[in-house]
Amino acid sequence: MSNGKKMNLSLKIWRQADKNSAGEFKDYTVNNVSPDMSFLEMLDVLNEELIIKGEEPVAFDHDCREGICGSCSLYINGRPHGPKRGVTACQLHMRSFHDGQSIVIEPWRANAFPVVKDLIVDRSAFDRIITAGGFVSVNSGGAADANSILISKDDVEYALDASQCIGCGACVAVCKNSSASLFVGAKIAHLSRLPQGSPERHKRAINMIKQMDKEGFGSCTNTEACAAECPKEISMDVIVTMRKEYMKAIKEME
Amino acid sequence: MGWFIKFIDSSIGKKIVMALTGLFLSIFLIAHLAGNLLLLAGDGGVKFEEYANFMAESGNIPVRIVEIALFILLIYHIINGIRITSINRKARNIKYKKVDASANSTFFSRFMIQSGGIIFIFLVIHLRSFFFPYRFSHPEITMYEAVKTAFENPLYSGFYVFAMVLLAFHLNHGVQSAFQTLGLYDKKITPIIKKTGTAFAIIICLAFAIIPLYFLMGMGE
Repeated sequence: MSNGKKMNLSLKIWRQADKNSAGEFKDYTVNNVSPDMSFLEMLDVLNEELIIKGEEPVAFDHDCREGICGSCSLYINGRPHGPKRGVTACQLHMRSFHDGQSIVIEPWRANAFPVVKDLIVDRSAFDRIITAGGFVSVNSGGAADANSILISKDDVEYALDASQCIGCGACVAVCKNSSASLFVGAKIAHLSRLPQGSPERHKRAINMIKQMDKEGFGSCTNTEACAAECPKEISMDVIVTMRKEYMKAIKEME
Repeated sequence: MGWFIKFIDSSIGKKIVMALTGLFLSIFLIAHLAGNLLLLAGDGGVKFEEYANFMAESGNIPVRIVEIALFILLIYHIINGIRITSINRKARNIKYKKVDASANSTFFSRFMIQSGGIIFIFLVIHLRSFFFPYRFSHPEITMYEAVKTAFENPLYSGFYVFAMVLLAFHLNHGVQSAFQTLGLYDKKITPIIKKTGTAFAIIICLAFAIIPLYFLMGMGE
């Protein structure tokens, strides 16, 4: 697709001054976009033009720009992080689009993720879920000697796969129910099988799920859209693990 | 009991209830279909009448117990489904301008409340035609004749077949989703469950749909 030719694009971007204002879509055009730019770099170009014109630049979240921080959160043409699988918006390149294409850019939409400004949403609901139980209570001290605690390879791999979650919220954004199950499942699956996390697994499941429900996220109906769109390709397996942990925790429920 | 209410009323608990009631209703479909296929016996309804009378008899305690359980679970399944849908819809007040849902999920998984709603309308008509009259009173014509008359009406048969297509949609997502909700999920077994669920949906609904078509084509005596 990429032949190095510059592209002209028409963008439809959600603009909202602050949390309490009503927002609206505004049309923009960006010209001479290199196919080698990342999606965020394309927005940088747009913002430079807006600043020169004396207009308010488009606010969007970004930090590492290498797909590990989970900051970027753009709903691009009807999909979180755009049309490619397994990438964040910062890892998405303009070669995935074609000259003259129109692109709709929206913030994550969920009541639990209120818009702060333009394309930036408040994802502190995730922080409160982690505070409710996504941790290990004991001080784990300094780095332990290798192999002093034996963990099966399966368990390590399972925990590491789940630990790849960067908390970007694409799962909530894409879910028709705005369910946070993939995020919460990943955190529960990450800790439940490791010797450090296992002792608190039941309390953790109860408290994190209670907080998840309280934050106003919907429930999982197994459409599997979250796993399909997760930039870290976290599997549906973690949601099933979350349910199993919750079912096992029933005896500790009060 | 407080803990139990909390459990079944949590987001996960509600889905577990949905899965268990749904699987029970799926098993009922098998039993119901087995009985109904007697309509195709070609004996003018003799075997079917025997079966229908056996099922409707007040003294048949096991059937009466299952019947009550069936109605309770069906109503719970419906109310719970409506509640889940309403909570889930309320979780996003401002909708997206553009959603490319087919890129990441199946149509069937997004159509459960709609397919369920049509099945509910079908059930009301279905129960009024056959269940309530024969369970609680003694109509002059036999049940076989009632079925034959109803299905010879193209509108009635047409809606029946339409409802069976929607039931197949509902089961195609529902059966595999129920197993997933109850914790059965891995790389080996899930593809098998999904294929079996689809096969179950097609076979059951196709077999049900053959019955009205059989009478519509004038093959019933």
